[in-house]
Amino acid sequence: MTPRDFPLIFEHSVPGRIAAALPEAGVPDVSLEEIIAPRLLRREPAALPEVSELDLVRHYTRLSQRNYAIDVGFYPLGSCTMKYNPKVNEDAARLPGFARLHPNTPLALAQGALELLWRLEQMLCEISGMDRVTFQPAAGAHGEMTALMMIRAYHRERGERRTRVIVPDSAHGTNPASAAMCGFTVTTVASDARGNIDVAALRGAVDDSVAALMLTNPNTLGLFEERVVEVAEIVHAAGALMYLDGANFNAMLGVTRPGDQGFDVMHMNVHKTFSTPHGGGGPGGGPVAVKRRLEPYLPAPTVDRDGERFILQHDRPKSIGRVRAFAGNFGIFVRAYAYLCAYGPLLRQVSEAAVLNANYLLARLRPHFDLPYDRVCMHEFVLSGRRQKAQHGVRTLDIAKRLLDYGFHAPTIYFPLIVDEAIMIEPTETESRQTLDAFATALIRVAEECATNPEIVRSAPHHTPVRRLDEVSAARHPNLRWRPPVPTAGGVSAGED
Amino acid sequence: MTHGEGWQAHKYLPLTAAERDEMLKVIGRASVEELWAEIPAAVRLRRPLALPPALTDADLLAHLRELADRNGHADRFACFLGGGAYDHVIPSVVWHLAGRAEFYTAYTPYQAELMQGELQATYEYQSMVCELTAMDVANASMYDGASALGEAAVMARDLTDRSQVVVSSAVHPHAREVLRTYTQHLGITVEDVPHQAGRTTVDAIRAAIGSGTAAVIIQSPNVFGCIEDGEGLAQAAHDAGALLVVSISDPLSLGLLQPPGAYGADIVTGEGQPLGNHLSFGGPYLGMLATRAAFVRRMPGRLVGVTTDRDGRRGFVLTLQTREQHIRREKATSNICTNEALNALAAGIYMAALGRQGIRRVAEVCARRAHYARERLRTIPGVRAAFDAPVFHEFALRLPVAPETLNARLAERGILGGLPLGEWYPDLADGWLVCVTEARTRAQIDTLVAATAEAVRA
Amino acid sequence: MYPSDRRYTQEHEWALREGSRVRVGVTQFAAERLSDVVFVELPAVGADVRAATPFGVVESVKAASDLFAPVTGRVVEVNAALVDNPELINQDPHGAAWIIVVEPADATEWDRLLTADAYAKLVGEAGA
Repeated sequence: MTPRDFPLIFEHSVPGRIAAALPEAGVPDVSLEEIIAPRLLRREPAALPEVSELDLVRHYTRLSQRNYAIDVGFYPLGSCTMKYNPKVNEDAARLPGFARLHPNTPLALAQGALELLWRLEQMLCEISGMDRVTFQPAAGAHGEMTALMMIRAYHRERGERRTRVIVPDSAHGTNPASAAMCGFTVTTVASDARGNIDVAALRGAVDDSVAALMLTNPNTLGLFEERVVEVAEIVHAAGALMYLDGANFNAMLGVTRPGDQGFDVMHMNVHKTFSTPHGGGGPGGGPVAVKRRLEPYLPAPTVDRDGERFILQHDRPKSIGRVRAFAGNFGIFVRAYAYLCAYGPLLRQVSEAAVLNANYLLARLRPHFDLPYDRVCMHEFVLSGRRQKAQHGVRTLDIAKRLLDYGFHAPTIYFPLIVDEAIMIEPTETESRQTLDAFATALIRVAEECATNPEIVRSAPHHTPVRRLDEVSAARHPNLRWRPPVPTAGGVSAGED
Repeated sequence: MTHGEGWQAHKYLPLTAAERDEMLKVIGRASVEELWAEIPAAVRLRRPLALPPALTDADLLAHLRELADRNGHADRFACFLGGGAYDHVIPSVVWHLAGRAEFYTAYTPYQAELMQGELQATYEYQSMVCELTAMDVANASMYDGASALGEAAVMARDLTDRSQVVVSSAVHPHAREVLRTYTQHLGITVEDVPHQAGRTTVDAIRAAIGSGTAAVIIQSPNVFGCIEDGEGLAQAAHDAGALLVVSISDPLSLGLLQPPGAYGADIVTGEGQPLGNHLSFGGPYLGMLATRAAFVRRMPGRLVGVTTDRDGRRGFVLTLQTREQHIRREKATSNICTNEALNALAAGIYMAALGRQGIRRVAEVCARRAHYARERLRTIPGVRAAFDAPVFHEFALRLPVAPETLNARLAERGILGGLPLGEWYPDLADGWLVCVTEARTRAQIDTLVAATAEAVRA
Repeated sequence: MYPSDRRYTQEHEWALREGSRVRVGVTQFAAERLSDVVFVELPAVGADVRAATPFGVVESVKAASDLFAPVTGRVVEVNAALVDNPELINQDPHGAAWIIVVEPADATEWDRLLTADAYAKLVGEAGA
């Protein structure tokens, strides 16, 4: 560790310090060796830090100040929907009746929780045009896997052996990964010149060995799949099912519904579309909504209404089984429910503003970057940095790092894979025009720097707490944990292994 | 409103009608409706969404409070429930810190230079999990303990090239169900081995495993609260060339008990909820996964590593990402993308708050109070221990009355009684799983005993 | 640029005959596309490999690429130097960074591999 390094919590440790009161048992004293056999007891204590409460608070407060966040600034991250996380939702989730409710509580004493999930299910069905929802999946990828298992069970019950899943070449990496985890092989179909899935190619790829088509709509180029109705007809005619990756749902709330577009099943990302906080990488929620024909296969238990009371229905003989302990990320769903309560039918304005903001930003930026698909975009759009690379030798990665110096988080880069030097931008509806203008100005300035001062872009960032980090040596010589220093003859050696 | 004319102000939407019109000019369109032009008319929704009208914050909170107040939560009731989620005292600092917006409104730290706070906190969390479990490397979290177990089985299959896993019936039923769901399409067979008197025996395991076994999976303390003989089971697994996977139901137990790394576990999974995370009716929780250094490239989930920046400063990055779905796609070690980062942060703060002394002390208090409760409850006529094996803070009793009936009586006295075991284990229809943590006072335990004695007598 | 003493695959491996055995590595083109290699997943000595089928993985920070065997056979040697120094692949892909040596099972497979000229044309086209 050098003097300029930011200390680890372990590096503040002083033996004997405590940060939490040590409780006393307050019951008649019995030796632990009598309660628990001696050989089962721990011999070496865990070398957790020993700090005071103030040390602890300062350490994590300072760490928080070394973070970017929505509450700090704009995230133009395509496909992530980094919208504002309302504070009233946090208050709701923290109500003791939710936060302090044990999952094994007898259901008669958990009716408020079950009713919340039931009501949320009704809302999500209305918004998606589907018939039922499961809340077990903890994230979008988890929802994908759950949905694919249901699709598999559906075909099995019909005595059909369908081993293939089709994805467009613009698909997010979780799509083929989830398919593989469910034992499917993946066939990729190209996108056409307008950025839609190539319908002729799809026709050729679909046969009775195909279980499902996994589509994102709007797709990862930010474009609406214009021929989705025709696509659904082709897929259904072959006896296969239509799955929607709902990551981009923010584009079409109240405007068009996946159930009406021909999808049989979809997952939603509540940490994208429905404002639950990203938490630095999670927790999220990936509820899966289905049409009636897939309802029998939903994970058990479901939240059902039985007259005046709410129950957990375990008696579901065709269910694919559990994908998670207990009922799912309930605390996250409280936040999603609160969000929808705050909008009601006004939810449509979310998509109107999201799509308007994206088209506005696109209009401001398109003179300065290549635009691979020249169409009205939905809630996000994809540019290419190939002009900057070809003319000035500056890569999209460098442009992204230079944006950090202007106080913005970078957009999504190098995705989707079908666009060279891809830059994917999604403003969301919660950003103001002033923020969008400031971002556009910064990105245009970086584009100019590519021509006038490429080196400053290539060596960016310059103004962040650390400069560009060596990812290669991190992967070659992984150091994934701190180890207590080992005393040596000449003193104490370094604390990392 | 459907044709761009009406626009209602909303506190989350900065856009005004005037701005909308200016921006449309820049875009070169006459109305918002034109932005939907590429959506086929047949799939357009031509009516407003049938949702209840928008609520103000005040009305919203009132509505949610009404729902919340109908729940028997652990501030109103003395909670003696365990069975996969545990009520521990969470120091105030944990959520004051984890609740800072710079942590909870942040995205995944792909732009590492901007996110050194989150990355360092994750590295510290990984380190603490390694210390607690005595393993070499831990990841940055999985969805929950049950799904971590499913992922561990897939990992074992990849490491050994064998396709059978053997799991004790004393592993939590939800975890076993999730394990089956995860593995059923991957050509992995799962075989249950029945417990003997509340524990997994070496003999039963040896009889069940062979040259096709990738892993032996146990939970310790197990679903009945009994501490398993990890060393013996590790030996049995290794003798057959299989890996030992240990699921930790309550990581606080490792403040007091021998950690799995010390007795030969190859992969450790666990439920991290007890470390500083709320009960929250089952989620969001926190899957823990730790393993040996040699297995690190087969580990699913995110990993944070140390490196340096171009000026030689220490820094942290997500590393070994090429195993992950966004790069490896169908050949990824798993499909996991979002994880439970905030819950891991809270767990790290909690472990740092308790520290080396606190984790031991809290675990001791749990064990002592549980022992006290168990001994007193056993004095009630007709109530006996279900098993003799040593326990940590959960124990199963057999009752002379139906456990659900007892619980209904206890609820009237403000007590959430133990978990009836009959639903999960039909041969234990009179079984009652009681959990006592440091959050239960002696007075609450004494009231539980008195109320139970009274209910049993009646 | 691409030595004529060996043959090549469509997936950018090279194969060098040494008596009855075949030494295998990845080409300069592959090494450049991968950029900094961080890890190589090697098969065990004695493992069987099949032509045009993956036998290992080469990882950089940004990608993980399968290694495809040029011929069917058994692995008789593995380059242990790559374990601690995966960057050899970037430094000397045609020499010190050989990956495996195979005892081939089917001599006819050799003719299906690309000559140096054909491979140069392939990557010349790809790189245009």
